[in-house]
Amino acid sequence: MKRVEEKLFQNRYRVDAGHTHVRITDPDVCRVACKTWPCTVCCPAACYTQEGDGRITLITDGCLECGTCRIICTEHRNIEWTYPRGGYGILFKFG
Amino acid sequence: MNENFDVIVVGAGPSGNAAAYTLARSGMRVLQIERGEYPGSKNVQGAILYADALERIIPDFREDAPLERHLIEQRVWMLDDTSYVGSAYRSADFSKPPFNRYTIIRAQFDKWFSQKVREAGVLVICETTVTGLLLDGQRVVGVQTDRAGGSIYADAVILADGVNSQLARKAGFRPEIEPREVALAVKEIHFLPEETIQSRFNVTGDEGVVIEMAGKITQGMVGTGFLYTNKESIAIGVGCLLSDFRKQKTSPYALLDRMKAHPAIAPLLAGGEMKEYTAHLIPEGGYHSIPPIYGDGWLMVGDAGMFVNGVHREGSNLAMTTGRLAAETLIALRSERKPFSARNLARYRASLDESFVMRDLRKYKNLPRIVEKNPQFFTAYPELMNKAAHTLISVDGVDKKAKERAIRQRFVAARSRLGLLGDFFKLWRAFE
Repeated sequence: MKRVEEKLFQNRYRVDAGHTHVRITDPDVCRVACKTWPCTVCCPAACYTQEGDGRITLITDGCLECGTCRIICTEHRNIEWTYPRGGYGILFKFG
Repeated sequence: MNENFDVIVVGAGPSGNAAAYTLARSGMRVLQIERGEYPGSKNVQGAILYADALERIIPDFREDAPLERHLIEQRVWMLDDTSYVGSAYRSADFSKPPFNRYTIIRAQFDKWFSQKVREAGVLVICETTVTGLLLDGQRVVGVQTDRAGGSIYADAVILADGVNSQLARKAGFRPEIEPREVALAVKEIHFLPEETIQSRFNVTGDEGVVIEMAGKITQGMVGTGFLYTNKESIAIGVGCLLSDFRKQKTSPYALLDRMKAHPAIAPLLAGGEMKEYTAHLIPEGGYHSIPPIYGDGWLMVGDAGMFVNGVHREGSNLAMTTGRLAAETLIALRSERKPFSARNLARYRASLDESFVMRDLRKYKNLPRIVEKNPQFFTAYPELMNKAAHTLISVDGVDKKAKERAIRQRFVAARSRLGLLGDFFKLWRAFE
């Protein structure tokens, strides 16, 4: 079985360095208040990982722009979600 | 941009393209804005194209549209961990032109559609994200983009910005989507030589096969899998309710990998080269999750309006049809010299109500809630069916009456007599 990183490696992206289009509003909410971290399970690109100290790290480079993380964070609504700037982000070759 | 447009269309997927094309053909000045590098570069679908919806917009599309295979066979599989029971319908009649269903590769297809849109006279701007709607009170008067000097005005704005429709939410036109209203689907495309696909699926030339799957592959979640044959590639994917992924704590890519390893599926993909991994939300909440779809100066089409018939795996045809009907509403109002007010745009809703779009969504209005609350249709039953088939087919010295009794007992043990009756009633209610 392939790791998701190997899958994402097949994709084409134009990374908008310095501009992240998805942001965790308050990292403390993830660390302290959230007990389920659905983003770490549901994100199809595994952009969210939980660190040993309970922090959630978000790296959007592999983002498939599906909207899952925003919709699944129902309890805390702790994700600011926008599309990347025009022309940036995932560029599907086949779709 | 100082130019004034009759209509701005946000998004260049099937619904936006259908709308923009229809508007421009009747002489409207249309601006279409797409955030991708090219139309299609942000769009994901299985993908099956239903000819009818496109034919009503571009009758001769078969002449130059990039189509993969026309479908002559549909298989439906109910899977256990090691087996499946299935049915198939294949007909030589599906090989007689004009064909009615095709597999397509969306990046190519959308580019082609967009070219037609440009030829019809639409000004298409790519690599531009619309960041908000310009409002005058409650009336939409234009859009704000991420380009410098990015305010553009028009008499109407068509929101064809996909399932996430951030614009409608930001403007307060619709609430946030709930996790049970969308299916999260992940898909891979595997490349194989044309001859391999032909021999593996028992087809010749550009004939193709689709396989729809349910059962153990979704590991207890409400959802389905699919396999579509393209010319030189296979699309394989699985989608389940987003709320179920959260409940089951299953990651979508692991689910797909397990499905690909199923003994009935793995040989179909063997030797292929995976070239892209995609994910997409499919608005499967049905009739009850359709938000307000029009207002002063704006209309909503396609996935943004949650127009998907999850039962029949139809979406792009609803997208094109809603796009076309939205455009036709604006065209009719313009010719009557009436403003694009909410009152007048109610005609769009009326035309949808009369079309197959709302008729079908109304027919299945209870189904999303029923399947969501009854995962046994995706878990217990496929397993029972597979076991039943195994029992009946195995020749092992046990008499047939005893076999039938064993099968019956398994059904009762799994669901109870009352449960079986209840499930039958629920299914009837879902499809009535």
